Amino acid sequence: MEKFTTHTGIGVPLRQSNVDTDQIIPAVYLKRITRTGFEDALFAAWRKDPAFILNQEPFSAGSVLVAGPDFGTGSSREHAVWALKDYGFKTVLSSRFADIFRGNSGKQGLLAAELAQDDIELIWKELENAPGTPVTVDLVSKTVQCGNLVAPFEIDDYTRWRLLEGLDDIGLTLKHEEDITAFEATRPVFKPLTLPAKLS
Amino acid sequence: MAKTLAEKVWDAHVVRKGDGEGANAQPDLLYIDLHLVHEVTSPQAFEGLRLAGRQLRRPDLTIATEDHNTPTLDIDKPIADLTSRTQIQTLRNNCQEFGVRLHSLGDAEQGIVHVVGPQLGLTQPGMTVVCGDSHTSTHGAFGALAMGIGTSEVEHVMATQTLSLKPFKTMAINVEGTLRPGVSAKDIILAVIAKIGTGGGQGYVLEYRGSAIRALSMEARMTICNMSIEAGARAGMVAPDQTTYDYMYGRPHAPQGAEWDAAVEYWNTLLTDEDATFDVEVDLDADTLEPFVTWGTNPGQGVSLSSKVPSPEDFGDENAKAAAERALSYMGLAAGTPMKEIRVDTVFLGSCTNSRMEDLRAAADIIRGRQKDPNVRMLVVPGSARVRLEAEAEGLDKVFTDFGAEWRFAGCSMCLGMNPDQLEPGERCASTSNRNFEGRQGKGGRTHLVSPVVAAATAVRGTLSSPSDLEPAQDSAAFRIDAA
Repeated sequence: MEKFTTHTGIGVPLRQSNVDTDQIIPAVYLKRITRTGFEDALFAAWRKDPAFILNQEPFSAGSVLVAGPDFGTGSSREHAVWALKDYGFKTVLSSRFADIFRGNSGKQGLLAAELAQDDIELIWKELENAPGTPVTVDLVSKTVQCGNLVAPFEIDDYTRWRLLEGLDDIGLTLKHEEDITAFEATRPVFKPLTLPAKLS
Repeated sequence: MAKTLAEKVWDAHVVRKGDGEGANAQPDLLYIDLHLVHEVTSPQAFEGLRLAGRQLRRPDLTIATEDHNTPTLDIDKPIADLTSRTQIQTLRNNCQEFGVRLHSLGDAEQGIVHVVGPQLGLTQPGMTVVCGDSHTSTHGAFGALAMGIGTSEVEHVMATQTLSLKPFKTMAINVEGTLRPGVSAKDIILAVIAKIGTGGGQGYVLEYRGSAIRALSMEARMTICNMSIEAGARAGMVAPDQTTYDYMYGRPHAPQGAEWDAAVEYWNTLLTDEDATFDVEVDLDADTLEPFVTWGTNPGQGVSLSSKVPSPEDFGDENAKAAAERALSYMGLAAGTPMKEIRVDTVFLGSCTNSRMEDLRAAADIIRGRQKDPNVRMLVVPGSARVRLEAEAEGLDKVFTDFGAEWRFAGCSMCLGMNPDQLEPGERCASTSNRNFEGRQGKGGRTHLVSPVVAAATAVRGTLSSPSDLEPAQDSAAFRIDAA
């Protein structure tokens, strides 16, 4: 995973709550078996509308998405994170993220930064009044800067550490393989195995 | 220390406690008892294993089925959509290569992954169950800690049979009282979501408790736990009891003999301790609950079927007001319209929420001896090939086809329209599925989430309807309720 320390880019105000993962990437794009190349799928339905924010300059070149509360609700599809990243987004700011989306972001190096809704509103206003205003998201100091505003954001320490170091989760876990093996030895015999298959 | 059900299951699976305390605590490493796999969220995970030269740690705790992409017609022919066909073929190749048990299209155990697990007896109380699908919460109905995970986590479980997770907070959903006729588990969960909101459960495990929950069958409990994610909670649970054990006993992978006794003894210890405390408690009155239906484009935008489409002005919060305006525009609805005057084009009975035997029986009881509204098409999609076979053995297929509905093969189908079962732009659907998001059932499609009996009554009248709105038919449950 790529390291994330700080990022500065064009902020995109997405004034909408409950942006669910079916909007971020419709199911029809989930049939692909690759992990990259999802940029065309991001917000595919909304992007057909010329008035959609990503169809306007300079927002089409945005890399900091500033969204309403409850971003990423719905399905567990990690494709939502891949699509945001493939399009060029490095970070999403919101006052509330769905749990699974937040987890998926952390695994893929997309920073999901949780800000107070009041600060989100101020950033929206700044970006709408002065389109193209750069937004700086600093993971070291856990702050967002946009125009004159400097706002703190929340992220759990473990995810922050992994993002800062760019660490691979599986590699970290496999350091504890002996613990896993020891735990497996205590598994009750009544717990089911899928193999050999038993059928009705 | 007194513990809740969720905390007991969590603690029993900690391989390694995370270092640190409180907000600075690192995640715990939790052992995973059962990993369910399907074609959509697994290809990139298998590829990740291959690239890293890693093995699948426990094929004997892993099972796969094909469900999201599979057609519900002509299943003996090659899948027409090439990308769908490739994705299914990729799953078959991966399962072969890594030694994973797979129930393919055409197999008697194929079906929606969350119907297949419980049906085979693989889902049991006190287990940790994961799947790359957010409706994995379904399995919580057995008192398992079950949650949806992303593809990176799928790969992590494949490689290590564990997950790194931070402990959840706990929320009790207390549902006391007795449901009235025509009101079902689906109405309970839709009412819960409307009450706490689509983000209300974020960071929590929900435990559904109270007399109304205890009175529910296993399949009804699965309907409720299934939609925990629509309230923002990754997992929802119901404590195991005799209803659970009766459902499980004799299933292919349920323990037998002395192992069964040992298992029951353990399962009985899983109940939330009397003096345990939840971080949050929410109460819902079952006695006064009415059939529920959504009017908007998220599952929290729901009302009683007997009420009217709300106005954006009804919402105090500016974001909720804007969301309501947008939803009404997408749904093509005017504020103040009685819900029961809304005409639908399609009725979908299916999905991991409501596609089990009881759901099919409940709907069949409403429509038996009736004809569907001629302007409505109705799709009935059993949750699994096994459910389809059982339903046919009871003659339910005949009830549906006599009524004018289409009797299809098993899969996720129109819940998310990854296969050809989709709504046309502007088409309106009463659906027993779980998400009314924009475009979920097909681009431009409009979804109203309902229970199976409301779906059935709606198919009869052509407008959103509850069973009590139907004229008595000689052979129907509505007639028997009225006559009683």
